[in-house]
Amino acid sequence: MWSLNKISTAIHDWLSATFNPTWTMIFEMVIAGVAVIGLFAVLGLVLVLMERRVAAWMQIRLGPNRVGPFGLMQSMADTLKLLVKEGMTPDGADKFLFNLAPFIAMIVAMLLMAPIAFAKDFQLWDLNIGVLYISAVSSIMVISILMAGWASNNKYSLMGAMRSGAQIVSYELSAGLSILTVVILTGSLNVNDIINAQANGWWIFKGHVPVIISFIIFIIAVTAETNRAPFDLAEAESELTAGFHTEYSGMKFALFFLAEYINVFIVCAIGATLFLGGWMPFHIGSWDAFNHVMDYIPSSVWFFGKTFFLIFVIMWFRWTFPRLRIDQLLNLEWKYLLPISMFNLLLVTAIAILGWHF
Amino acid sequence: MFRETEILKSGSQVLPAGEDSGGAGDLVINVGPQHPATHGVLHLVITLNGETIKKVEPHLGYIHRSIEKMCESLTYRQFIYVTSRMDYLSAHINNHACALCVEKGMQIEVPERAQVIRVIMDELTRIASHELWWGAMAMDIGAFTPFFHAFREREKINEIMEETCGARLTMNYYVPGGLMAELHPDFQKKVKEFIALFKRKVDEYDELVTGNIIFINRMKGIGVLPKEDAISYGCSGPAARGSGVNCDIRKLYPYAVYDKVQFDEILETDGDSLARYMVRIREMKQSVRIIEQLIDNIPEGDFQAKTKAVLKLPKGEFYSRVETARGELGVYIVSEGGTTPYRIKFRSPGFSNLSALDHMARGSKLGDLVAMMGTLDLVIPDIDR
Repeated sequence: MWSLNKISTAIHDWLSATFNPTWTMIFEMVIAGVAVIGLFAVLGLVLVLMERRVAAWMQIRLGPNRVGPFGLMQSMADTLKLLVKEGMTPDGADKFLFNLAPFIAMIVAMLLMAPIAFAKDFQLWDLNIGVLYISAVSSIMVISILMAGWASNNKYSLMGAMRSGAQIVSYELSAGLSILTVVILTGSLNVNDIINAQANGWWIFKGHVPVIISFIIFIIAVTAETNRAPFDLAEAESELTAGFHTEYSGMKFALFFLAEYINVFIVCAIGATLFLGGWMPFHIGSWDAFNHVMDYIPSSVWFFGKTFFLIFVIMWFRWTFPRLRIDQLLNLEWKYLLPISMFNLLLVTAIAILGWHF
Repeated sequence: MFRETEILKSGSQVLPAGEDSGGAGDLVINVGPQHPATHGVLHLVITLNGETIKKVEPHLGYIHRSIEKMCESLTYRQFIYVTSRMDYLSAHINNHACALCVEKGMQIEVPERAQVIRVIMDELTRIASHELWWGAMAMDIGAFTPFFHAFREREKINEIMEETCGARLTMNYYVPGGLMAELHPDFQKKVKEFIALFKRKVDEYDELVTGNIIFINRMKGIGVLPKEDAISYGCSGPAARGSGVNCDIRKLYPYAVYDKVQFDEILETDGDSLARYMVRIREMKQSVRIIEQLIDNIPEGDFQAKTKAVLKLPKGEFYSRVETARGELGVYIVSEGGTTPYRIKFRSPGFSNLSALDHMARGSKLGDLVAMMGTLDLVIPDIDR
């Protein structure tokens, strides 16, 4: 069976045999860094193209189909265009913060990749508080948005940033609480422990109705947290033109744009890890033949398949729903999602204590 | 001379000194002239307190082309073509108003065939205009997909127009005394096909947008325009009928063959954005009803009355009014007896409807303003002629 783990082990063995341990570690860090940057770029390109094709499919049109076969090179061409464009800094902007903001957005998105298990035993950093790390680091994202909005010296940007601040801070609570349901059931914050606990069935199947509720709340909350429609108030283009990144151009804009898509990927990867079993194949009870066939599919395919399914769902939201208003958005969180998540958490705790889950 | 950034910095300068301008904590933003929500070059100066709107001040003139003045130097045959460029989404209906006014002045008897075709064309135009409005309205509140669905059906109407009139947007098909040319042989077949398709699709619109809980929450109880205010601001068309004002010119002052067809005047009484939305959705179904009654009953005969080569209106004042997709369009011609009008004045529906925006928007959120502008269905070249 083909697996990413074998490649990483082979590289590690070769490096250990060739160099002393210090150099091995340095080389491995460099390789990991390059791999993250590579994944970052590739994911950005793939997701932008995917969004455009999904949108086109829902809107009865073709989408990009001229550059390269099936328009595959379209995002490449767009990136090239953005690279050679002038990155303007407006008059009266706080130049340091203005230029810093897109990098913070990107760094946060990259840091979030560390504890994600992309395949069986294939992870950058096996952190024992992986889930906590993810929710902690992802909240830094709001700083870059506030920074961008404030430093732009533009009223639209400022309003977009303020909306975004209120929105992300609120929805993080629901996202955190729904993550906690799975943490309670597993009894561990470690991403690998959570995945291994799902070997005999994913949490969405094992955890009864409360986990399904928390999955739905999780999807809603992360859609809001990543500023995607129908919660895209931070960049509501019919109201605020482009919200917090109105004044950005060229590659600085592209970094925000990429960071948004990487964030979508990461929250979907977390959703897949917590609720849909990460890289665990789909198994049905005692159907051994079926389970064996499922095992034969590489674990990375399972992981990326589930993640891209969730990404598709989030894109589907975007191209179907109208946008909420800012007060409705906050009402939804504070009056509905948060009380439901809290009650749900109690329910899950009771289930976990009584051992009612499978 | 102001630079735009200076206007932005000293926002209170562009507002007249008053009790509700320039207060502490107010944020003055310029929406437009280039802004995705205004669908044209409308410039709104908005005073905000946080997200809450304190004042909306429309600044006009960015697309003023002096159409009324231009018409004074054009003959009665020529000036109709300019009016297609006013409310470009209901070009046929604009032309109809002008043709009616000249016909009234010249006392031309328009053949029955021309009148029936005019009504069919008017109603097709109304459907096309409402479809574009529906797509743009959904886009204003953040749903992109409906726009493409609306354009799919609108394209069919454009094809019908293209075959018969030779143009898709500014058709210029009506002339004083009738129509410019005979119908295309496929016209009836194509229209029937479109009606059959559209009846299915209009239910799809309801499924996609009207029933959506987010959409209803965004529209219900927002931008309320009471009946008295709608009348005193001079609102007309769906914007006023959403407030329960009985103002359909097709019913009140029937022209062409509107008095011979069965259709309902759509009235909603809530006066909010949802009411204005529902009026337009239901109006599309009524337009279909009108077309269905007429499409098989187009009388034979001439498509144009015999008129003199040079039209000269007698000395006097002439007024005609029609119901465009946006409301009441009035054409007022003062003639000195020559071949060109002495003075011409258009009473455009968009201008009056826009004037109610400030009244509707005060106290609501910025996002609602965009939705309200959507339900008013503003076409900027109609406001600024």
